[in-house]
Amino acid sequence: MNAAHILLVEDDAQIRRFVRMALQDAGYRITEADGVKRGLIDATTRQPDLVIVDLGLPDGDGKRLITEVRGWSDLPILVLSARDQEREKVAALDAGADDYLTKPFGMDELLARLRALLRRYEVKTPDGIVRFGDVEVDIVRHEVRKRGEPVHLTPIEYRLLAALMRAKGAVLTYRQLLLEVWGPGHAERTHYLRVHMANLRQKLEDDPARPRYLITELQVGYRLMGL
Amino acid sequence: MNTAGDDVRPDPDRLLAVVQAEEAQRRRGRLKIFFGACPGVGKTYAMLQALHERRREGVAVLVGVVETHGRKETEALLEDLPRLPRKAVEYRGRTLPEFDLDAALASSASLIAVDELAHTNVPGSRHAKRWQDVEELLDAGFDVYTTLNVQHLESLHDVVAAITGVRVRETIPDRVFDRADEVTLIDLPAEDLIQRLHAGKVYMPETAQTAIERFFRPGNLIALRELALRRVADRVDVQMREYRAREAIETVWPTRERILVGIGHPGDESLVRFAARLATRIEAEWIVVYVDRIGARTAKEERERTMAILSQARRLGAEVTTLAGDDVARALIAHARQRNANRVVLGWRPRSAWLRLWRSPTTERVSRLAPDIELLVVGLPTRGRAARRVLTEDAGRTRHPYLWAALACAATTLVAWPLSRIFDLSNIIMLFLLTVVLVSLRWGRRAGALAALLGVLCFDYFFVPPRWSFAVSDTEYLLTFVLMLTVALIIGQLTARLRLAVIAMRQREQRSALLTRLSTALSGALTAERIVEIAVQTLEAYFEAKVSLALADANGRITGRTGGSAQVDVSVAQWVHDHGEMAGACTGTLSAATGCYLPLKAPMRVRGVLVVEPAATAPWELPEDLAALEACAGQIAVAIERVHFVDVARDTLVQMEGERLRNTLLLTLSHDLRTPLAGILGAAEVAVQRSGGGELAEFLQRIVVQARDMQRLLDNLLQLAKLQSGATRIDKQWHSLEEIIGSALRHVEAAQGSHRLQLQLPPELPLIEVDGLLLERALVNLLDNAFKHTSADTNVELRARLEGSEVIIDVADNGPGFPVEEPRILFEAFRRGSPESTVPGMGLGLALVERIVNLHGGKIDVRQKQPHGTIVTLRLPKGTLPPEGAV
Repeated sequence: MNAAHILLVEDDAQIRRFVRMALQDAGYRITEADGVKRGLIDATTRQPDLVIVDLGLPDGDGKRLITEVRGWSDLPILVLSARDQEREKVAALDAGADDYLTKPFGMDELLARLRALLRRYEVKTPDGIVRFGDVEVDIVRHEVRKRGEPVHLTPIEYRLLAALMRAKGAVLTYRQLLLEVWGPGHAERTHYLRVHMANLRQKLEDDPARPRYLITELQVGYRLMGL
Repeated sequence: MNTAGDDVRPDPDRLLAVVQAEEAQRRRGRLKIFFGACPGVGKTYAMLQALHERRREGVAVLVGVVETHGRKETEALLEDLPRLPRKAVEYRGRTLPEFDLDAALASSASLIAVDELAHTNVPGSRHAKRWQDVEELLDAGFDVYTTLNVQHLESLHDVVAAITGVRVRETIPDRVFDRADEVTLIDLPAEDLIQRLHAGKVYMPETAQTAIERFFRPGNLIALRELALRRVADRVDVQMREYRAREAIETVWPTRERILVGIGHPGDESLVRFAARLATRIEAEWIVVYVDRIGARTAKEERERTMAILSQARRLGAEVTTLAGDDVARALIAHARQRNANRVVLGWRPRSAWLRLWRSPTTERVSRLAPDIELLVVGLPTRGRAARRVLTEDAGRTRHPYLWAALACAATTLVAWPLSRIFDLSNIIMLFLLTVVLVSLRWGRRAGALAALLGVLCFDYFFVPPRWSFAVSDTEYLLTFVLMLTVALIIGQLTARLRLAVIAMRQREQRSALLTRLSTALSGALTAERIVEIAVQTLEAYFEAKVSLALADANGRITGRTGGSAQVDVSVAQWVHDHGEMAGACTGTLSAATGCYLPLKAPMRVRGVLVVEPAATAPWELPEDLAALEACAGQIAVAIERVHFVDVARDTLVQMEGERLRNTLLLTLSHDLRTPLAGILGAAEVAVQRSGGGELAEFLQRIVVQARDMQRLLDNLLQLAKLQSGATRIDKQWHSLEEIIGSALRHVEAAQGSHRLQLQLPPELPLIEVDGLLLERALVNLLDNAFKHTSADTNVELRARLEGSEVIIDVADNGPGFPVEEPRILFEAFRRGSPESTVPGMGLGLALVERIVNLHGGKIDVRQKQPHGTIVTLRLPKGTLPPEGAV
């Protein structure tokens, strides 16, 4: 059986219990850990496909675990925390987490995020073309088509789109995006980003106000969905 | 490198000065002066005509005060203009009509006509002169039209007096004239004027008939007319130079000149006027210096005259300094060097050859000691007898100095009488000289001189043979007498000067000791009350006067909270505080007040007012005392400001600590409430999955829904608590409204159900500067409300548009609307439209939205939609995008 193996690092036994039940119902294999130390041991020895981690753990901050894991692996990490402040989210994402979910959360939402993160590794681009919805991106020729019609993107818009595609559905913080597209020295100019993202949505989304692919995580960053 | 291009560039400092001046001008009202050579040329008439014209243009005009002197044409012009009633001012039992400044300031007019700028107000008015009233009007932003004759200009006062032989008392400082925005010369040839005079169209007081005749001679009129024309031309010249400064026409700017003027004699008023004219002509700064000679105590009247000259110089725009020094010439030169003044102006009077031998005049000494300084010597008439330097005697001890001098001589004679048998007469002379020295030391110069004279007479009468007679047997004694008298006089004068030098020194020392004492005492004070106490105590003891301090509160109002025993007129104190200038008995402003009011000027702002009420004699009228008082006021002000900032720092610290505490509390609360809620929600969801349908599944589903409602409520509650406690500051950034709306829509997807949602977002919406999360929360709440409070299938619209500098967002539904009586109630926390509604939500939503919109400086508005439904409108300022935002 090749069901995905998920490591859940969470100190609240109640939450651990129902998350385990829900995930088992959905067909995943679960390993539970109740602290940073235990989590790190399990992450190295049990070889999970994905880690769910709480930030406020009894023996340390979950961000430490994220940083350590990122030291040797790029396996997907989802943060599950009661901390709802945006700067906490940004800090966790900058540390290397791929997504962030605030408690209390809906189980459907959690399962949807897990599916998206796990699918990243299945996304293959044998013909050099990335597709989301009715948009096709030829990553060799830097060409973008929507419903078969060519769409002209400025170089910056293309670099932005490429960065989001490379993240494969993970949230990229403003800082990460600015660094990747403009390079160092522009980390404070988030309004650049907003203008270019708005243009990108105008060109690629059917209804820019209700985007289906280029999703805004307010005060945190952006992600590309539908890959 | 200094290329030719650099040379023509305007000097930045100069340009800045021009810009600042323009800035100040814009805030100030504009002053237009109708300027004439003499009375009767028709200035008032021209002014009223101009007023009519402006009124036809739609300007709100007001006649503040106009003298028609019974002229029919003028009165006719005045008839249909709005006029300000005169204020009746009581003065010496008579009621005089006077310009009502306060009513003018309170009026809604934008242009006010005030006739006769040089008018002197009735004593007891706020300002001594009408031009000061006009200045206040201009400062308050009113435009003013006024009239002026050339002889009222302070700098031309002498010249006009010399031409016409009529001296006017009412003058205005030239800078008022020079600063006027517009000057219109009302010109009338002399012959026409004389005709008008004969036709009775020119008003002059009837009592001075001869003066009129003298004044209105054709020669005079021509001269006056030329004077007026030239003065206006000077003004044009200055304006042109300013224009050139702005447009960088001149290639090389000369360094600014500085003129130093030395005064110290009566009649130096003319010298000051000459210097004022010179300074204006060559555009120089000028400094008027009075050297107070150590040891030379001057008579009170002379000192007052000097003070009057200094204050006249200050009015004319000079910087005024009093120096202390033994040698006038050296003190002047040192100051000139220090201030980089390249010209020195001094007066010259004919003096007798004897005096020239005794001491060469200052002019000569200056030119000898500093040949490099350009010396301008202005010839001045010796007006009557030049006032002599007179001793000021110490009032208490010297009631009868001459009597004491006489008694001293008598006593010396009695003592010398028996001695003369033993000693030689030359020793007796020494005895008399000693007496002169002692008398001079104790009773001053004049008593010393008398003692010298009496001493010689006594010596002659009682000791020189033949005794008991003024006759002298040996002619050699005549020489003895002359020498004795001369030596006695010289010694006496020197001794007296020494005494006065000591007195002067002691006073200076006392003043500096006062300042030291005050600053030491103040540095230890920790509260404003203590500062007031210390200041009052110290100053009262030193100045022998009643002293009070009136402090201003945070809004700059002088409150009743004062300390000290002097009476404080709150309105005068307020004026002094607002203008930052001295007023009261010791100045020309509000001089009817009993005390002297000094502003406590600290670096940040005026902190209050120091009030000093003199005892019967007024020792602080001396310039040094006034200066010392000002210095004290400065120290007190700084001390008060220091205490104020200590308080501010402490309050800030307490506030920061409280904020940190609240923040921690809210974070903990948020975490502790969320975790169990997550447990409930998650467990219920899993349970729904596993229950396999049926009634139980329905119950469990209810738990899930309720828990989600609870979560939303919790979010709103915590957010509101954070905003209200001031625990969070809003984090404004440049956001695209589309993103915020998109994000909000994702949050309400579940609540939307089968409601229809229409969006109207123009693609050209700009970025707006908001806290994205808060605005998102506001939109989520509005949409949530729209979905919750209406039945399914209702239409909900979300529209955004740009209107001027505001972004307007409407959330509208065509549901049942809200109970209409009081839309404001909807915004109050914990209140809902209908109190017992079954729809969940505590009514927190709108309260939070309002709070968020207010924090952004926006407005929220709820109204009924026709035929039914609700429209909520948010208006947010869009802000100005920083320049690098132009992508």
